[in-house]
Amino acid sequence: MTTTTAPPAGAQTGTPHAPGPRKRGNRSPGEGRMATMLLSPTLLVLALVIVYPLLSAVHQSLFRAESGLDADGFVSDVESFVGLANYADLFVGESGRRFLNAFANTTFFTVTTVFLETVLGLCLALAMNRAFRGRSFLRASILVPWAVPTAVSGLLWRWIFQSDGIANTLLGSEILWTAEGNASKLAVIIAEVWKTAPFIGLLVLAGMQVIPGEVYEAARIDGAGWWRQLGSITLPLVKPTLLVAVLFRMLDALRMFDLPFVLIGPGKESVETLSMLAWDESNQLRHGSASAFAVMLFLYVAVVAIVFVKVLGADVTGAKELKLLSKKTARKNRLAANQTQAPADLSTSEQSNSDQKKAEATR
Amino acid sequence: MRQRRHSWQALLATTASLTVAAVALTGCGGTATEEKSTPKAAAASFEGKGPINYVSNRDASGAANKSIEEWNAAHPEEKVTFIELPDSADQQRQQLIQNAQIKSDTFSVLNLDVVWTSEFAANKWILPLPADAVPTDKMIPATVNAATYRDSLVGAPDYTDGALFYFRSDLLKAAGIAAPPKTWDEMKTACKAILALPEAAGMSCYTGQFDKNEALTVNFSEAVASAGGTVVDADGKPTVNTPEAKEGLNLLVNGFKDGMFPSDAITYLEEQGRRAFQEGKLVFMRNWPFLHASLSATDGSSQVAGKFDITSIPGTDGPGVSTLGGRSLAISPFTPNKATALEFVKFFTSEEQAQKRLALSSRAPVYASLFEDPAVVAKRPFFPTLLTSLNNAQPRPKVVQYGATTKAIQEEAYAAITGAKDTDMALKDMQAKLTELTK
Repeated sequence: MTTTTAPPAGAQTGTPHAPGPRKRGNRSPGEGRMATMLLSPTLLVLALVIVYPLLSAVHQSLFRAESGLDADGFVSDVESFVGLANYADLFVGESGRRFLNAFANTTFFTVTTVFLETVLGLCLALAMNRAFRGRSFLRASILVPWAVPTAVSGLLWRWIFQSDGIANTLLGSEILWTAEGNASKLAVIIAEVWKTAPFIGLLVLAGMQVIPGEVYEAARIDGAGWWRQLGSITLPLVKPTLLVAVLFRMLDALRMFDLPFVLIGPGKESVETLSMLAWDESNQLRHGSASAFAVMLFLYVAVVAIVFVKVLGADVTGAKELKLLSKKTARKNRLAANQTQAPADLSTSEQSNSDQKKAEATR
Repeated sequence: MRQRRHSWQALLATTASLTVAAVALTGCGGTATEEKSTPKAAAASFEGKGPINYVSNRDASGAANKSIEEWNAAHPEEKVTFIELPDSADQQRQQLIQNAQIKSDTFSVLNLDVVWTSEFAANKWILPLPADAVPTDKMIPATVNAATYRDSLVGAPDYTDGALFYFRSDLLKAAGIAAPPKTWDEMKTACKAILALPEAAGMSCYTGQFDKNEALTVNFSEAVASAGGTVVDADGKPTVNTPEAKEGLNLLVNGFKDGMFPSDAITYLEEQGRRAFQEGKLVFMRNWPFLHASLSATDGSSQVAGKFDITSIPGTDGPGVSTLGGRSLAISPFTPNKATALEFVKFFTSEEQAQKRLALSSRAPVYASLFEDPAVVAKRPFFPTLLTSLNNAQPRPKVVQYGATTKAIQEEAYAAITGAKDTDMALKDMQAKLTELTK
């Protein structure tokens, strides 16, 4: 009960506010100005490199160059406003077929590669996390594929997959990996997984290394085997890291461009992704429909990111952890309050104590 | 508190996805909103002297640099700066177009691939040249044709390239065939005789370049032209729904069907074909002249050195028709020093300079007379054959939307040769696509 006699913290500093967590609106005007000033360079840069190109692309996607030549064979200079026609064309006719094909490819590649990468990355992380001789060497060598530029690894795999290349020699087959067809899809998946599994592996490894050894020790004493330890300790504890890694990979895979472009080649429908389609359209100076493709890709990526964060609860900012902590304290308090009515004095003192702690923590 | 954290989380997620998308988007916004150039008078006056920039693909031989140094020594007030573009043709084209769209005066004289001529001329990104600017009568006609848009010369031909037909002279001799085949039928007959030989076991008859790539457009155009057809007629209208075009495409389709071409030839570009020929897996090959040196290498890298020869590509009734490669020089309407630019173009593409560059560079000149110089022929034994090929050559389809056109051709031709579509269907679809692109 000593807390009641202590003078309020606010009195010492001379502010009229009561102690405790301050609400949003109670910020002093000076503080708000300071925050604005500190944030404005960042916001300005973001506006310049993200908001402006984005708005510009949306604007551009509403226009279309006049097709056809005039009598002297010159291209007309006019770009006319066509409203949403560029978007409507995404679903009909030849351009619609290409768009849906690219959309399906993009989705297919994202799902398959991210799934395989996650499985493989987890295995890599488990292997790297054990103590053995040459561990640092293994870690460094696993990083190599991730360090190789994508275009270079595309060329590398193109060489492996050419008709008289290593892949066909080893398999004793005559598969035309770089021609149109399902083999080219498989080639892209193999190269992509080879390249990016180390990324997931390393992120997950970082997550694994913060799991305290005592937890495993306790599990061993309780008689838990390796699989039980994996399922009940390792996986649940690396889940937050793993989800973030998977989210990054998904966003990355959705805009896949360079690997299929270099490995299989532009214009091959079997591996054409949305980014490749947008590039191709802009290369042919059809900026309106290229922008429409890019905007659609942007929306797709944004929707996937938001759904992933909301549904699977990927903890991108670390906010979840904090929420969890405060929930625990609240539950403890409730429990303490409900436990017994008898030593009421004690329970209230405990409550006020923890309240104060919380206030300090959040201040 | 929790509230604030939450909004931060949302903001961060949005920012992350925005960043991801920005990469894709920036490629498409930008210059597109710029208004295109206002039409200039057709007969531009070439005025203004001063320093200019010459923008081109790389010239590893250093021959172009030599010409420019010579110009700069003679014209200290009108110096030319050499700007080299990336190796990829797509990237070169993109940079040139971006500069033209913002009407930048950075690029004064442009070195253009022959297939870009129509697009640049129709968009008024290059100026029509005066009639007497280049000695067109001394140049190989196809190179002048390729640099012409709607009857006005818009580029000065710089160098050229044409197809060669490589064949295994040793095997022809072994099979008792006196002369190399001039037609596809003769080639088929020759192949039958040669592949029956014990030393030809496991070999295939012929390859060109059939991967879905610009090279497929080249091979398709050659097949159609060799059968007497055209892809696009003189008025720029597509003509692939003709019996000739069908016959041409069928040459390629049946080549795969009958096993005349190796089945993996649908993944072949120039390099893969060279390797297969060099390893002794092919009797005949259509390819460019630049391979001649590596095929003739006597250091052991080539198994066919001294065992092959060259001639013109075959056609249906006689020698076939090669498509034309190469480049020409054009002048940007946005440069203030047009008089200097024109003088430099005349100087650079003159016969004298072409001859000087020939000493260093293996690029074929556009002047027919230079092909017959004995000193040159001694160094490049394929030159007389190449000249025959070039004299009979045709440019690839001269259309403004060349990028989309070549893509449509590749799409349909590839579908036909892989058997995904039959010839009639592929050509019908190609005709429809090309009609849409050239209307």
